[in-house]
Amino acid sequence: MGAAVKGKPPIYGWLAEFAEVGALLDCARAARAEGYTVVEAYSPMPVHGLAEILGWRNRLPAIVFCGGLVGACAGFGLQYWVSVIEYPLNVGGKPFNSWPAFIVPMFECTILFAAFAAVLGMFWLNGLPQPYHPVFNVERFVEASRDRFFLMVLSRDPRFELEGTRKFLERQEPISLEGVPH
Amino acid sequence: MTGIEHNVPRHAVIAPGHTLTTITDRISAIVLRKRAPIGWWVALGVTGLMSVMLLVSIVRLVTTGIGIWGNNQPVGWGFDIINFVWWIGIGHAGTLISAILLLLRQAWRTSINRFAEAMTLFAVANAGLYPLLHTGRPWLAYWLLPYPNTMGTWPQFRSPLVWDVFAVSTYATVSLLFWYVGLIPDLATLRDRSRRPIARVLYGVFAMGWRGASRHWERYETAYVLLAGLATPLVVSVHTVVSFDFAAGIIPGWHTTVFPPYFVAGAIFAGFAMVLTLAIPMRAIYGLEDFITARHLENMGKVMLATGLIVAYGYAVEAFMAWYSGSPYESYMMINRLTGPYKWHYGSLILCNVLAVQVLWLRRARKNVFVLFAVAMFVNVGMWLERFVIIVVSLHRDYLPSSWGMYAGTLWDWAMFLGTIGFFLFLMLLFIRFLPVISIFEMRTLVPSGSEGDAGKEGH
Repeated sequence: MGAAVKGKPPIYGWLAEFAEVGALLDCARAARAEGYTVVEAYSPMPVHGLAEILGWRNRLPAIVFCGGLVGACAGFGLQYWVSVIEYPLNVGGKPFNSWPAFIVPMFECTILFAAFAAVLGMFWLNGLPQPYHPVFNVERFVEASRDRFFLMVLSRDPRFELEGTRKFLERQEPISLEGVPH
Repeated sequence: MTGIEHNVPRHAVIAPGHTLTTITDRISAIVLRKRAPIGWWVALGVTGLMSVMLLVSIVRLVTTGIGIWGNNQPVGWGFDIINFVWWIGIGHAGTLISAILLLLRQAWRTSINRFAEAMTLFAVANAGLYPLLHTGRPWLAYWLLPYPNTMGTWPQFRSPLVWDVFAVSTYATVSLLFWYVGLIPDLATLRDRSRRPIARVLYGVFAMGWRGASRHWERYETAYVLLAGLATPLVVSVHTVVSFDFAAGIIPGWHTTVFPPYFVAGAIFAGFAMVLTLAIPMRAIYGLEDFITARHLENMGKVMLATGLIVAYGYAVEAFMAWYSGSPYESYMMINRLTGPYKWHYGSLILCNVLAVQVLWLRRARKNVFVLFAVAMFVNVGMWLERFVIIVVSLHRDYLPSSWGMYAGTLWDWAMFLGTIGFFLFLMLLFIRFLPVISIFEMRTLVPSGSEGDAGKEGH
C-alpha cells in the first residue's frame, strides 16, 4: 500500500556481507537498536539466537501437534468404522471394538500425519518453494550457501532511508554492501 | 599401512584446521568434479549388471509365478521374508544415527548421518520388494490398503500383517521426508556452486529456492528436530511390528515375548555393520578421513558390540525359555537348531553374531579399519543367518512330524537376493555421485567459531 502512495522504492533493500558470524550478530543487534524491524539475515548454517534478535515467534510446533492429533483420530476412526460399523467380523465372540489391536496402526498414522505436518508446515511458513527472490540478483549472494553471512535491511522497513540506511550499514564495517534490485 | 589411524586426534569429530570454506569445497567437490573416478564406473557397471539380474528374476517371477522360489509346505516363508527382515533391519541404523543420536546431541553423528539415511531408503526399497512380489501379483498390491472397493471387503486390523503394512509404509515415507528435508540446504549449496546449467536447474528445483534466511533456519531446525523425535519411536515400532509377524503366531520358536526388543537390537546391530561396510571403503576412496574420523569408526564399533550383546542375550533367553517352558515342542525346536539338519546355520550364526564381535572389546581392534570391516562382514552374514534360522528352522519341523520337510533357496531365490544387493549398491553409487554424502551444513556447525555456540564441543 505504501508503494502506491510513495511510489516503489528504487531498491528492494541494502545487503551487507560479513565474514564472521559474530559480526553478523553484532550488526543484527545494532539494526534492532536503531529501530529497524523488517530485517533479514542469511547464513550458511543455522545461527542460534539470530531469529530472536530479529524479533520472531515459531508457530511450527503447534502445527505438528495438530497434525499428530488428526492422525491419531483418523487412524483410530478408520479402524473403528471398518471393524465395528462397515465390516464387522465375529471372531470367536471377541468384541468388534478391540481397541488394543488398533493401537499400532493408530500410532503409525499419528507419526505419518505429524511428519507431513512438520515438513509441509515448514515449507508453508517459509513460503517455499520460491524459485525467485530479489536477493538472488546479488552476485555475491551465492557465497551465503558457502561461508559468508549477510544481513539485509528491506526497503519495506518504515525507518528505511536510501542514504541513511546505507550509512548505518557502512558503520558496521561489512566486506561488501550492495543494493538489492527488485 | 597398518590400518590404524594416526593423523587425526582420537576424540576429534572433525580434523583440526577446517573452516566453513574448506568443508563446503571438500564435500561438494565429490559431486561437482567433472569426471567420476574410473573405479566408480567399474563398480556402477558391476552393480548395474546385478540390478539387471534382479529385473530378470522379477520378470521371471511375475510371468511364471512364485513356484520358481523354494517356498513350499511346510516352509511357506523362505527367502522372501528372510530378506525382507534382513533389509529392513539394515535400514534401521540410518534412522538411529540420524534421529536418536541427534536427540542425544551426539555431534559425531553429523558426518555419517546423510549416507546412513540414504542407506535406510535404499534398504527399505529393497525390503518392500519382497512382500510385494510374494503376493505373486504385485500389480494388485494396493489391495493391502484400506480403501472402498467393489469386493466390499476391508483389512483385518487385528492382524500384525496389516500393522506391518502401516508400519513399513509409514517408515519408508518418513525416512524419505527426513532425508529430503536434510538435503535442502546442501542442494542450495550445489545450486550456487555448480557450473553446469542442467545441474544448476535440477539442484535449484529441488532446493526449492532455499536462501538460508534466519527465520527459515529456525523453522527448518524445529521441523528437523521434530522429525527426529517422530522417527525415533517409529523405528522402534517398525521392527517391533516385524517381530509381531512371528510372535503372534504359535509356531515353536516364534511365540515368545523376547522378540520385539531382540529384533530391534538385531536391526541396529545389522545396520551399523552395513554402515561400517559402506563407510570404510568410501572414506578411503574419497579421502574423507578428516570428516569420518577414527572416533566415528570406534564409536560405531562400540554400538555394534553393545547391540551384539543384546542379541546374544536374546539367543540365551530363547534357549532358556525352550527349556523352562516345559513344552516338548519348544525344547525340540532348540535341540533341532543345535543338532538338526540346519545345525551348521545355527553354529555359523553364533560364530558371526556372538563370538566374532567380542574382539571389539579391544581398543586396538576398534581402531583398526581392517578388523572393523571384517567384523562388520561377519555381522552382515550372521544377521542373515539369524533370520534364516528363526524362519526356516522353526517352520520345517513344527508340531506334526508327518508334515516335516526341508527347505533350500532355488537359483531364482539367490539370483533375486544377489540382485537386491547389487541394486542397493547401485543406488548408493548414484547417490555418492549426485548428492553430498556428508551433510555440509551440519558439518559447518562443527567448526569451533562457526555457530556462536558449543556444537563443536558436544558429545564428549
